[in-house]
Amino acid sequence: MNDHLHKAVDAIQSRFGASLHQYAGEVTLILGREHILEAAQALRDEFQFEMMVDETAVDYWPQQEPRFHVVYQLYSMSHNVLLRLRVPLDGNAPHVETMEKIYPGVNWKEREIWDMFGIHFDGHSDLRRILMPHDWQGHPLRKDYPLGYEEVQFTFNQQAIDETKPYAKE
Amino acid sequence: MGLEQKTGNMGVVTTTLEQVINWSRTYSMWPMLFGLACCAIEMMAAQASNYDMSRFGMELMRPSPRQSDLMIVAGRVTRKMAPVLRKLYDQMPDPKWVIAMGDCASCGGVFNNYAVVQGVDEVVPVDIYVSGCPPRPEGLLHGVMTLHEKIKRERLKDWK
Repeated sequence: MNDHLHKAVDAIQSRFGASLHQYAGEVTLILGREHILEAAQALRDEFQFEMMVDETAVDYWPQQEPRFHVVYQLYSMSHNVLLRLRVPLDGNAPHVETMEKIYPGVNWKEREIWDMFGIHFDGHSDLRRILMPHDWQGHPLRKDYPLGYEEVQFTFNQQAIDETKPYAKE
Repeated sequence: MGLEQKTGNMGVVTTTLEQVINWSRTYSMWPMLFGLACCAIEMMAAQASNYDMSRFGMELMRPSPRQSDLMIVAGRVTRKMAPVLRKLYDQMPDPKWVIAMGDCASCGGVFNNYAVVQGVDEVVPVDIYVSGCPPRPEGLLHGVMTLHEKIKRERLKDWK
């Protein structure tokens, strides 16, 4: 960990009670939902983390508390360091404050997380589905979402499947 | 063919209306550009100079459905794309044909999941299925020639 990153990590840990995790040279801070906005604001304004490289989520189903992690990958172009923030969320109606006011570029990323994981971003300006059709039911990247596997036609079951298959009309 | 023999060489060919119409439909086909995935690369290769689809009367892929009569669905169709596909098909003037190119368009291929339509025949009526993942340009050309055979068999009384 270089000096600048050390300073930033220390500051966030002491101010917001974040826990530090390091693996293979990657630095991760796990924060509570209530602190994430202030922490990102401090990192951007005081520690020159100008860029939100990515925002995504992880589903740890069947674990329920926490079930989801929202992952923020920050990058400081001035100092060439990466820092990852994670926010654990419970499985029951997960929601977190939007990061849009600090990093406007996450608008679509948060829409994608909403679409795929069903994590609600409070205060988001335009929280619609982005990948799936607008009338889609459910959130496909959740671990408990059915894969939607359809039975494959072989010689022995071709007739049976053909009868139920919805063929298009002219 | 008695007329030529009686009157000599007048530069006249006699045939049936059915044959003329089927022949002109076959060799002046206007395919619609519908590349969705990797099959589209092979479709482009089939049009390029090595394979040269214009030998079969279809050198120009139209991106506009209203000026085309053959839809080559090249690639997997997602459930979000399916209404678009149907809309474009409905905009094409009759007569129209559909080639499902590749395994994904024919039956879903390896993408057996919630997001991909399991065969484009659930959305539009398909005339020719071309197998392969992706099919080589020869495969597509074979599909096109099979479609030609099919069109030549069409009869006036079956037309809508």
